[in-house]
Amino acid sequence: MRLTQGQFSFLPDLSDEQITAQIAYGLKQGWALNVEYTDDPHPRNTYWEMWGIPMFDLKDPAGILMEINECRRTYPRHYVRVTAFDSSRGWETPRMSFLVNRPADEPGFGLVRQEGPGRQVRYTVRSYAVDRPEGSRYA
Amino acid sequence: MGAIEEISGEVMDAKERYKSGVIPYAKMGYWDAHYEPKVTDLIAVFRITPQEGVDAIEAAAAVAGESSTATWTVVWTDRLTACDVYRAKAYRVDPVPGTGAGTEKEAQYFGYIAYDIDLFEPGSIANLTASIIGNVFGFKAVKALRLEDMRIPVAYLKTFQGPATGIVVERERLDKFGRPLLGATTKPKLGLSGRNYGRVVYEGLKGGLDFMKDDENINSQPFMHWRDRFLYCMEAVNKASAATGEVKGHYLNVTAGTMEEIYERAEFAKSLGSVIVMIDLVIGYTAIQSMAKWARKKDMILHLHRAGNSTYSRQKNHGMSFRVICKWMRMAGVDHIHAGTVVGKLEGDPNMIRGYYDTLRENHTPMSLENGLFFDQDWASLNRVMPVASGGIHAGQMHQLITYLGEDVVLQFGGGTIGHPMGIQAGATANRVALEAMIQARNEGHDIWNEGPSILQNAARWCKPLQAALDTWKDISFNYASTDTADFVPTATASF
Repeated sequence: MRLTQGQFSFLPDLSDEQITAQIAYGLKQGWALNVEYTDDPHPRNTYWEMWGIPMFDLKDPAGILMEINECRRTYPRHYVRVTAFDSSRGWETPRMSFLVNRPADEPGFGLVRQEGPGRQVRYTVRSYAVDRPEGSRYA
Repeated sequence: MGAIEEISGEVMDAKERYKSGVIPYAKMGYWDAHYEPKVTDLIAVFRITPQEGVDAIEAAAAVAGESSTATWTVVWTDRLTACDVYRAKAYRVDPVPGTGAGTEKEAQYFGYIAYDIDLFEPGSIANLTASIIGNVFGFKAVKALRLEDMRIPVAYLKTFQGPATGIVVERERLDKFGRPLLGATTKPKLGLSGRNYGRVVYEGLKGGLDFMKDDENINSQPFMHWRDRFLYCMEAVNKASAATGEVKGHYLNVTAGTMEEIYERAEFAKSLGSVIVMIDLVIGYTAIQSMAKWARKKDMILHLHRAGNSTYSRQKNHGMSFRVICKWMRMAGVDHIHAGTVVGKLEGDPNMIRGYYDTLRENHTPMSLENGLFFDQDWASLNRVMPVASGGIHAGQMHQLITYLGEDVVLQFGGGTIGHPMGIQAGATANRVALEAMIQARNEGHDIWNEGPSILQNAARWCKPLQAALDTWKDISFNYASTDTADFVPTATASF
């Protein structure tokens, strides 16, 4: 399967040039870029590991791309995403989020059904990869 | 075109004023050309078409009177109250540009009326509307009447909960940022069994949509009872979520004949793990407010379908503008509301829709006559409402939709997903690819209004479903003149 979280997962994977253009857009809006990675891509896993703190003072897209590449080199078999934080009043929330790295093989998720009374089913979405410990989940 | 000069004034002598009998509203104290609205006043602007022979100021005063304290004759019991405070005051009457003498249309006027905040119960849309659109719309002295806009004072806004979730929190819960959300209404609206219905939901969500949706008139009918629909839809939602790794949802319409049944359906939706429920505007203001409180308490997103609104919002001379509905619904506390597409099959002038969208999404909307906004409005940190664009739109219009509507919107392609020649999943994928390609191009600095068609063509080169969508619907557009447009002269007089 192909994990389709983020803004651009239905497009072919972004090139460095395309990533740089998106970073430049975020910076132009005054947002702070941040890099996060995980090997637990469950849709409800909100808190991916942070690659440092959001780069509030880094305004150079090339510098941010360097951080992204550094993260990708360190975690080539993880999902890596770029998030842009907007601190303006009334938003104070991420305004962009897109994947910049994914494992070569994505086994995806199973749906665990627990049958209850009245045909009700309790559903659990379970990543096939998380059976292995963190850090060794993707080939 | 200036404001009409004062032609009549309140009778100041109390004995004379309260003599039994009938005197003009303007003379009863419902017209005051020198009145300066207080920051705590609620202001309404009505489009008034007076009956022949009725003076515009008297008509405006009558509207002020009938929407506040007046009855048709003088009553001495007024004198037991601080009646001057409770009287609404018409304070300004402007002729509507393009109407009256020398034009083809009968004379219409914009009448501005100020209401003291104590006329209204805190936190009650029902009470607010019972005054403002209560008796007065049937009043004989006006031939037609339309509520165009309202300025709600911050003090009154603060008595309302506002949207249960709001755009910011909805996006955080769904983990979806930086692009419009995508949805589709299950079709056909009526007749599918629960099992067949859930099939459509699964296909749409797996193909790339964020939401599927019940239609306004899908409740609990002989062909599909509500529990069956809810169970199959949640199977579809969860299965699609596992297939894509994304949070997905289906707006389960909990509209029913009684409030008790609405709660029962909503609780069931929640117990099944749905992130969102849906209601129709026709359930009424109080029921909507109740559901907004319920949704806040239960961590649910509340979708509102505006079923019924066009019966009173479309025609320009009578009823009320949809922008007022938008204001009331933001106060009442819904998270989503259908607010027009500009390019689709339903009524929608671009400027009017801009006004609705700003009203739903911004923290402060400045006066903009061009967009139909008569007042500055401070929203006092009430959550933002996510507008929903639905009805006759397709992937080929993506550049137009994003240009007109921005990114904080749910784009709903019903026929444009389910009617795709390669199937529902392909239809959903076509829409999602078109959307992501257009947002990517916009962020890269492309002029999507002009380059849109070529951006779509480029994406269609590697995405067959998009190519098929573009081929199927390339010539479909709904170019009819809008009924509801702004009446204003671009160079406003000093009185504005």
